[in-house]
Amino acid sequence: MTTTLEAIVGDAVKTRRPPWWLLLGLLALVAAVFLSVAFGARVVSLGEVWTALTTDSESVTSAAVRSRVPRTILAIVVGAALAVAGVVLQAVTRNPLADPFILGINSGASLLVVIGIAFFGAATMPLYIVFALAGAALAAVFVYAVGSLGVGGPTPLKLALAGAITTAAFTSLSSAILLPRIDVMRVFRFWQVGSVGRAENSDTLLVLPILLVGTVICALSARSLNILALGDEAAAGLGVHVTRVRLGAAGGAIILCGAATALAGPIGFVGLIVPHLCRQLVGADHRWLLPMSAIAGATLLTLADVVGRVLGRPDEIDVGVVTALIGAPVFLWVVLRRSGSRA
Amino acid sequence: MSANRTASETVRAVRLRGARRARLIVAGLAIALVALFAGSLAFGDPVYSPADVWRVLTGQFVPGASFIVGELRLPRSVLAVVAGACFGLAGVTFQTMLRNPLASPDIIGITNGANAAALFAIVVLGASGLVVSLGAVVAGVATAALIYALASSGAAVGARLILVGIGIAAMLNSVTAYLLVYANEFDLQRAMRWLNGSLNLATWDGVALVAVPFVVLAPALLLLSRRLSLLRLGEDLAAGLGVPIEPTRRLLVLVAVGLAAFATAATGPILFVAFMAGPIATRLVGHRGSPMVPSALVGALLVLAADLLGQYAFGTRYPVGVVTGALGAPFLIYLLIRTQRTGGSL
Amino acid sequence: MTTTLTTEALTLGYGDRTIVSDLSLSLPAGKITTIVGANACGKSTLLRGMARLLTPAHGRVLLDGHDIHSMPTKQVARRLGLLPQSPIAPEGITVTELVAQGRHPHRRTFARWTAAEDEIIADALEATGVLDLADRVVDELSGGQRQRVWIALALAQQTEVLLLDEPTTFLDVCHQVEVLDLLTDLNRSRGTTIAMVLHDLNLAARYADHLVAVREGTVHAQGTAEEVLTEHHVAAVFGLDARIIEDPTTGRPMVLPLGRHHVRGLRDVSPVNRGNHHDAGKVSPAS
Repeated sequence: MTTTLEAIVGDAVKTRRPPWWLLLGLLALVAAVFLSVAFGARVVSLGEVWTALTTDSESVTSAAVRSRVPRTILAIVVGAALAVAGVVLQAVTRNPLADPFILGINSGASLLVVIGIAFFGAATMPLYIVFALAGAALAAVFVYAVGSLGVGGPTPLKLALAGAITTAAFTSLSSAILLPRIDVMRVFRFWQVGSVGRAENSDTLLVLPILLVGTVICALSARSLNILALGDEAAAGLGVHVTRVRLGAAGGAIILCGAATALAGPIGFVGLIVPHLCRQLVGADHRWLLPMSAIAGATLLTLADVVGRVLGRPDEIDVGVVTALIGAPVFLWVVLRRSGSRA
Repeated sequence: MSANRTASETVRAVRLRGARRARLIVAGLAIALVALFAGSLAFGDPVYSPADVWRVLTGQFVPGASFIVGELRLPRSVLAVVAGACFGLAGVTFQTMLRNPLASPDIIGITNGANAAALFAIVVLGASGLVVSLGAVVAGVATAALIYALASSGAAVGARLILVGIGIAAMLNSVTAYLLVYANEFDLQRAMRWLNGSLNLATWDGVALVAVPFVVLAPALLLLSRRLSLLRLGEDLAAGLGVPIEPTRRLLVLVAVGLAAFATAATGPILFVAFMAGPIATRLVGHRGSPMVPSALVGALLVLAADLLGQYAFGTRYPVGVVTGALGAPFLIYLLIRTQRTGGSL
Repeated sequence: MTTTLTTEALTLGYGDRTIVSDLSLSLPAGKITTIVGANACGKSTLLRGMARLLTPAHGRVLLDGHDIHSMPTKQVARRLGLLPQSPIAPEGITVTELVAQGRHPHRRTFARWTAAEDEIIADALEATGVLDLADRVVDELSGGQRQRVWIALALAQQTEVLLLDEPTTFLDVCHQVEVLDLLTDLNRSRGTTIAMVLHDLNLAARYADHLVAVREGTVHAQGTAEEVLTEHHVAAVFGLDARIIEDPTTGRPMVLPLGRHHVRGLRDVSPVNRGNHHDAGKVSPAS
C-alpha cells in the first residue's frame, strides 16, 4: 500500500510523460504484429507481407502470412485482456502478486469447461464461454474466501497460496472427470496449456463483445481504483463506495479472464509482468496504467507467440509455456524485491 | 509451600490432560490403520478370509491367495502405508515450520519438480522404472534446494519460501503440461498414470525405494520435533530459547523433502495427502505435543483408504491420487467453514 | 548476581545497511536498563544484536566476558532470555504449555518431564498472576493477560539477564504500568538484569535504574534518568523541544513536549523558530 502511495506522490513530482510511452507502446505493438505475421516455419520479408495482406496473391508465402493473421489477432486481444485484468486484480486485492493464473482463476474456467464438455456435451464456442465465465467467477470467489482466512485478512502470501492450492484442487478434479473419458481427454489436453495457435477469427469475433464489456467496466473503475489504493478507510472517507467499486472492478476483470481463457486456454503471468512493467513507465495512475497495460500486454503476448514459434521450429512451443518461462522469474523478482517487508 | 504444591499440581494436571487424550487417539489411529491394512489384504476379487490372509502372512502356502495376497495386495498396501506416512510427515513438517496450514510440499514446488523431471524422463527420454524414480528424487531435492537458496537471504524467510515455491511450481507446471501435450499416445498413458499417483505397479522394489529412506529419515524428524515445535513461537523467540534457527530449518527442509521426494518417486504424486494429514491430525489430537506420529498415521490411513475407494467404490478404477486430489476442494471448503465458525486463525 | 552483558564496538546491520555502528554498552548487573530513541534509530536492532539474533559485522557481545557467538546457543539461552516485540502464540496452545516451552534450554533431548519443572512453571505462572488461566488457550486471552503469559515464559527460562523489545506495545496505560511493575518486582525479588526498549519516555524514566538514549545507531547519552532526560538531550535525540519537570509522584524527570500550539506564553511560535534539528520531521513525541 505504501509503495502505491509513494508512487502517486512521486507522480506529482516528476512528470512521466505517459502519452509518449503510450505512443511508443503502440509502435512496439505494430512491430510485434509485423514479426508475428513474418516469422514462423517460413520467414517472409516486409514486402511480401504487404503483398499478402493487400492483394489476393495465391502464392505459398501469401498463404503462410494470411494463416498467421488469426493467431496474431487472438494474441493481441488475449494479451490486452489479461494485462488489464492483472492491473485491476492487483488494485482490487491491493496485492502485487495478483495474476489470473497465480490466483487460480484460469483453473476454475478450465474445470467448468471440462464439466461442460463431459456432462453437458458442450462443443461450441458460445457454450465454452458460458462455462469458462462461470468457472472464472467461481474460482475468484473461492480463492478470495480461502485467502481471507485467519488473522490479517487476505495478505499477498495467503492469496497466492490459496490460488496455488485451488489450482491444484481444481486441476485434480478435472483429471478425475477426464480419466475415464479418453475421448474428452484427447480434446482437452490441448486446453491445459494456453495457446493462440488454434485461433479462428469467427471465435475471436464472437468473444470480442464480451471482452469489450469487461474492458469498459475496468476503464470506468480507473479513478476509483486510484483512490482505493489509499486504503479502504481513506477511500471511504473520500466518498468511494469501497465494496461496490471492488465488486464491479473485480467483475470486469473476471469477465476478461474467463473470456480470454475460453479463447486461448490458461496463459499465465501476462497479468503479472505487464502491470509491474507499466507502473515503472507511466506511474500508478490507473487512467494511464490501464491503456498502457492493454497495449503492452498485447505486444508481450504477440512477441511470446513469435518466440515460441521460432524456438520450437519446425513445430512450436505454446505461448502459455513461453509466458510461464518468462513470467516466473519476474514473479520471483517481485517476491524477492519485497524482501524487507513481511509478505 | 503448600500453596505452591497445589500450583504445581495444577500445572501437572493441565499438562497431562492433553497428553492422555493425544495418546488415546494415537492408539485409536494405529488400531484403525492395522484394521484397514488387514482389510485391504482380504478385500477385493476374490475376497479371502482373515484366516487365509493370516496364513499367507505367516509364510504358509495357500493356493491362489499366496500369489494374490502375498505378491499383489501386500506390496501395494505396504507401499500405501509407508508412502502415506512419508507424505504426512513431510506435510506437517512444512506446515509447522512455515506456520501456515496451506504450505505443504505439494503446493510450494517440491513435488512439482519431481513431476516435471519424471515426465521429462518418460516423454523425452522414453525412460521407465528406476530411471524415472531416481530422476524424480533428484529433481525434487534440487528444486527444494533452489527454492531454499533463492528465499533464504534476509528476514521473513518463511514467507518467501512459500512465495518463491509457488512461482517455481507455476513454471514447472507449465513445463509438465507442455510435455503432456506433446507426448505420444503410449507415453501419454504412462505419464498420466505417473501424474495421478498410482499404486497399481507396486512391487517390493518400489516398497524398498521408499521404506529405506523412511526408516532413516522418520526417526531423524522425530528427533527434531521438539525444535520444530519451538519454531512455532516465531524465529526470534525460538532463537532466544536456544534453537539454532538456520541449521534447524535446513535439516528440517532436507529431511522433509527427502521423505516427500522418495515417496513421490515410488508412487507418483498422491496429491493433498501431505496437505490434509497435518490439519486432520491436529484436529483429532489437539495442539498439544508433537503432531508427527498422528500425522504419519493419518497420512497412511488416507492413502490406504483412498486406494481402496479408488479400486472398488466406482465403476471405473481410479488411481489413488485422483481420489485424494478430488478431496482437496471439499477439504478447503471444510477449512473455510470451520474457521468461519470458530473465528480462529487458520 | 554478577552476570554482565556488554557490547564492544558493536556494528550491526541488514545486508549492506548499517543500523548500529561501533556501539559499546554495558548493562549494569541486577538493574533495569531502559533504552529509548526515535523511530528507526537502531534500538530494536541493538536489542536483537545483544540477544545474538544478529551476527555482528564488527565487534562483540560479551556475556560475563565470553563472546556469545562462540558459546553453544543453548548455553546462552540458559542465561540470557529475550522477549521479542508482539510475539505470536501458536494456535490452540494453552498457557501452561506455552510457558513450559521456556524450559527448553534446560532440557536434554530425551529427558522426561520432572516435578521440579512443573514447580518452576507454577512459580512463573504465579509470579505473573496467570495461574488461574493455566488451562486457557492463549489466543483467547486479552492483550494484558497475554503479555503476562509471555513474561511467564521468559521467567520459566530462569535467565539472569532478560531483554524485552517494547513489552508494552498495544497495551492500554493501565496494563502498561502493570507489566512494568511486574518486571520491576522480578528485578527486585530475583535480581534479574533487565534491559528493555520502551517507547514512552516518561515510563522509561520512571522504571529505569539506567537509561540509555540511542541516536543514529550509537549511544547518545546514558546514566540515570536525571542525567539523560535533559532538554538538551531530548532535543538532540528526538528533535523535540520539551520542558523537563520533576514528576511529583516519583521525583523522576518528566518530559513535556512543547509543540507549536496550546503553550502558554509561546503562542504563534512559527515552525522556523522552534529549534531546527535536522530530523525534526520524523519525530513522534511520546504519548
